[in-house]
Amino acid sequence: MRIPVSWLREHVELPAELSPEELDQALVELGVEVESIVDLRSTVTGSLVVGEVLEIEELTGFKKPIRFVRVDVGAANGTGEPQEIVCGASNFAVGDRVVVILPGGVLPGGFAIGARKTYGRNSNGMICSVRELGIGDDHAGILVLPEDVPAKPGDDARPVVGLDDVVVEVEITPDRGYALSVRGLARELSHAFEVPFRDPGLAAAPGATAEPAYPVRVVDTVGCDRFAARVVRGIDPAAESPIWMRQRLTHAGIRTISLPVDITNYLMLELGQPMHAFDLGALRGELVVRRAVPGERLTTLDGVDRALDPEDLVICDAGLPGGVAGDGGGVPISLAAVMGGETSEVADSTVDVLFEAAHWDPVVVGRTARRHRLFSEAAKRWERGVDPALPLVALERAVELLTTYGGGAAGAEVLDVDHVSPPHRIVIDADLPARRAGVPYEPARVVALLERVGCAVALGDGRSVAGNGRAGTGNGPGGRHASGPETLVVTPPTWRPDLTDPADLVEEVIRLDGYDKVPSVLPVAPPGRGLTPEQRRRRSVSRTLAEGGFVESLSPPFVSAELFDRLGLPADDPRRSAVRLANPLADTEPLMRTMLLGTLLGTLRRNLGRGHRDVALYEIGMVFLPRPRTAPPPAMGVEHRPSDEEFQAADAALPDQPWRVAAVRSGEVEQAGWWGPGRPAGWADAVEAGRDVLAAAGIPGDRVVVRQAGYAPWHPGRCAEFRVDDALVGHAGELHPAVLAELDLPPRTSALEIDLDALPSAPVVPAPRISGYPPALIDVALVLDAGVPADEVGRALAEGAGELLESIRLFDVYEAEQLGQGRRSLAYKLVFRAPDRTLTGEEAVAARDAAVAEAARRFGAVLRGA
Amino acid sequence: MTYRNDPYDPKQVALLDPEALAAAVADATAAFDAATDPDGLAELRRAHLGDRAPVSLARREIGALPPAAKSDAGKRVNEARRSIESAHAERLTVVQAAQAERILAEERVDVTLPYDRRPRGARHPISTLSERIGDLFVGMGYEIAEGPEVELEWTNFDALNIPPDHPARGTMDTFYLDVPGMVLRTHTSPVQARTMLARKPPIYVVCPGRVYRTDELDATHSPVFHQVEGLVVDEGITMAHLRGTLDHLAKAMFGAEARTRWRPHYFPFTEPSGEFDVWFAQHRDGPRWVEWGGCGMVNPRVLRACGIDPDVYSGFAFGMGIERTLMFRHGIGDMRDMAEGDVRFTRAFGVEV
Repeated sequence: MRIPVSWLREHVELPAELSPEELDQALVELGVEVESIVDLRSTVTGSLVVGEVLEIEELTGFKKPIRFVRVDVGAANGTGEPQEIVCGASNFAVGDRVVVILPGGVLPGGFAIGARKTYGRNSNGMICSVRELGIGDDHAGILVLPEDVPAKPGDDARPVVGLDDVVVEVEITPDRGYALSVRGLARELSHAFEVPFRDPGLAAAPGATAEPAYPVRVVDTVGCDRFAARVVRGIDPAAESPIWMRQRLTHAGIRTISLPVDITNYLMLELGQPMHAFDLGALRGELVVRRAVPGERLTTLDGVDRALDPEDLVICDAGLPGGVAGDGGGVPISLAAVMGGETSEVADSTVDVLFEAAHWDPVVVGRTARRHRLFSEAAKRWERGVDPALPLVALERAVELLTTYGGGAAGAEVLDVDHVSPPHRIVIDADLPARRAGVPYEPARVVALLERVGCAVALGDGRSVAGNGRAGTGNGPGGRHASGPETLVVTPPTWRPDLTDPADLVEEVIRLDGYDKVPSVLPVAPPGRGLTPEQRRRRSVSRTLAEGGFVESLSPPFVSAELFDRLGLPADDPRRSAVRLANPLADTEPLMRTMLLGTLLGTLRRNLGRGHRDVALYEIGMVFLPRPRTAPPPAMGVEHRPSDEEFQAADAALPDQPWRVAAVRSGEVEQAGWWGPGRPAGWADAVEAGRDVLAAAGIPGDRVVVRQAGYAPWHPGRCAEFRVDDALVGHAGELHPAVLAELDLPPRTSALEIDLDALPSAPVVPAPRISGYPPALIDVALVLDAGVPADEVGRALAEGAGELLESIRLFDVYEAEQLGQGRRSLAYKLVFRAPDRTLTGEEAVAARDAAVAEAARRFGAVLRGA
Repeated sequence: MTYRNDPYDPKQVALLDPEALAAAVADATAAFDAATDPDGLAELRRAHLGDRAPVSLARREIGALPPAAKSDAGKRVNEARRSIESAHAERLTVVQAAQAERILAEERVDVTLPYDRRPRGARHPISTLSERIGDLFVGMGYEIAEGPEVELEWTNFDALNIPPDHPARGTMDTFYLDVPGMVLRTHTSPVQARTMLARKPPIYVVCPGRVYRTDELDATHSPVFHQVEGLVVDEGITMAHLRGTLDHLAKAMFGAEARTRWRPHYFPFTEPSGEFDVWFAQHRDGPRWVEWGGCGMVNPRVLRACGIDPDVYSGFAFGMGIERTLMFRHGIGDMRDMAEGDVRFTRAFGVEV
């Protein structure tokens, strides 16, 4: 909302000298966000003066009418001689007063004005239009000052056209609807500067008359708890809004339309009461306020034909034919509180006007606004809450303004259908603000601040605060109970529907006293338990991968169903069953990822596309796995805590959301350099990275089993699965060539994905006994069927070797014809060591033989060369 | 080759002559001094101290001397031998040192050669900053609480006093699932509700995490971003405690001169509420106040919905965007840099922020 400060000054006695910075700070400290403060005095520089047209010479021979004008600008040009100006507009006559900018001046937008020769004449300055001055959109001609404007040639034109003002643009939080008005902002500023405030909302206005201004039937008194109306007849349809009103509306960013409509907009800004002006002549019968019925339509003022929802509140004309709502239901002529309809709108020919000022349910209006995407200025205010006490005041002002500037006569009848319930009283301990803020407010201070907000405050025992000598004594309001804090009974003002709870009053006290007065005290927490094992595990895994050369990426989890095809997932793969968004950002990506790899590969491709060659990425994040039977969670209230059973039932409806880790790598794992060639990354790097992850997660290596697997999107011959205690926890290897081709990724790109939540908790590691005796080192080379997985061979050797085996490591794999078709040799280094003695050669050889025997027993392995 | 039984022959004992011994010493010393490496010196040692060396042969001649002369001659030979040994040892030290130096000189390399054989990886600054903030609070006794990203509407909205018709619940801001009652969490605050349901006060937790809003990715928005949130519920908790906590966090993140400033604001789940700015002295455009996050006293309605008696307990909550914090702390101009995963961006941060 944009408001000129001069308008605020009409209602609050702001300091005469108020810099934009002071105004900004005051508003910010009150909780009003300031978007901008524009000093209009600085938007036009140089001499901007009032001129009087003395002589007009029409120049001919040009494509458009051009005038050569002599303008009296008084002494402003230094000579007192008339100023000669070439002008392209023709909407003025001799004797008119206009706004002239003299050479050297600069108009908004950096438009510098000089003396120049144009159309064969010397032009010394310019006669300005409203748009050129930056005070409106009108560019049909130059601005001709109305006759009633007191200004003479040579006067500074800025005050005349409203360019002597400061415009502040503010953002109002959703709870403070009252502040979306000059009235509300002025009230707030009166708090900041502790200066008097004159409330335009409390002006006198005539009450309802026995005879209504117009027949109105409010069917839905919940949706519309007040409906007031008055009539003005016989206005001059051609009457224009006064220039001050147009300037203010323009500064506020609202287009001027016609006098009656401008008045409603002006009063909405000033009081915060949205209103509507009907063309009385266009109304046929009784007005009915009700909900729409299915099938009803309305063409709103923006020209959109809208299907109405049964929840929408509408104002209907019962006199119009063709209603679908049945007898007496009428035909909608206005989408109540949000936007009027085309048929009943005030038009150029309107002579009789019905002003409506009502009070609508904020929730209903909010829903209607969102449903129809009609976020009008009125809807914005209704949604945030409007003072229900305003309608008659607003109507009185509207009638007064219309008859003053448009002529006509106000009808004596006042309609007021009032079902407004009075504000709820709030009982609050007087010391609650102090206890919440940690600031020792005196009870008297609390009462004073609440009263400043507009609340009526009484003591809990029923006596009035005023009767206790509160004001000015500084001794508190008295009435203190013998024990415990005194209680206050607070009635919020009608314009503060947001004040419903003690906490709301607490905020007002602390806010007006100043948030900056709250001291800084660091609370001491009770001893904590540190990170959870899962949190520590994720950190370890993350650091391990980063140390392994992977770069962390956090990819958005939105995916398309096509991605599953591109990844080559089988038709019945459970990963195709994904959580679906009702309102995805992109219709092509409505699903939540069921695996990290898909989106991480997208990030890989982006990096490759940007010219990176060797890229290794990892991500730790959640995937989203729908429950087998998806049902909405049971509803729960907020009046009290849901039972554990209720909450667990609701929680169990959520998708399973396990933490995963994934990594991808393409290009070289070791770069070429002066040391020699590089080494391309492959399946083995991915599998080893998987082992690193499991080790970092605290899983002992002997509990990790790696097996050959076939699992999309991996290469069917180059995919390993990881099992921990026989439970599948993840996969690693080289990706399927077809998938890589489909995703436009380099060959041999490898990847891993491991379910961190599927891992058992890390055991407490039993410390190895460190023997100081010398080891016995024996190498064995086994020849066996090439199809036997090395992991299993190593396991057999280790189990056969027994307790003397300290470590085992595969150091060579050899395949050659002489070993036999389909056979290979696996060479292991075995380290034997005893805890209590130096092993003899015989003992070591016996252990080696036992190891080999186990491998022979399980896989038919034979010692190479034996 | 023993002389022991040989008859005395003065010519045979010429080697025992003091002059001859002196010459042997002089020869040996000169020879040693000419040696330039340990190998050459070892050879010379054999020549001058070995079995066939003059001093060794001289010793053998002692036996041919009359008993009266043996002692004197023995001393002379020993002295000469010691002199030669000492000359050798002296020279050995010199040539060994020279050789060591030569080897070191030969082994010199250009240590400025790069060895980026395995390029370093990096952690995303969002992760490291989240952990850093978490660690600060863990050090103060807080615990780190977590929750799901697909969240119940109840925990994301209802329990936080965001009624069904609140604009934030609209599809303009919130991702909804095709199953009613579920959303992608729009803030980390549902973790507050979960925490209060799961434990009894005193509660001191921080909740870092990923959140979602229906904003297209551009320079200042992202549909996916990160927050960290703090919640304290205990007896006698005040706004002063909130300020103390935020000031402490600000100083830990931005240095001793950092401080916070509040502006009244509105959040449904806190009352009173405020937004807070931090005085950021290291800002690239000069010291200034920077908008940092939102905070307030937990709305008693929220406490009640989560089963905590608001007449006994009070609490505060605060939250801030991790991306936003990174943006001003590190001068990041574009949200997309953090979301797109370009390795150049992430590598710049290494593993610490």
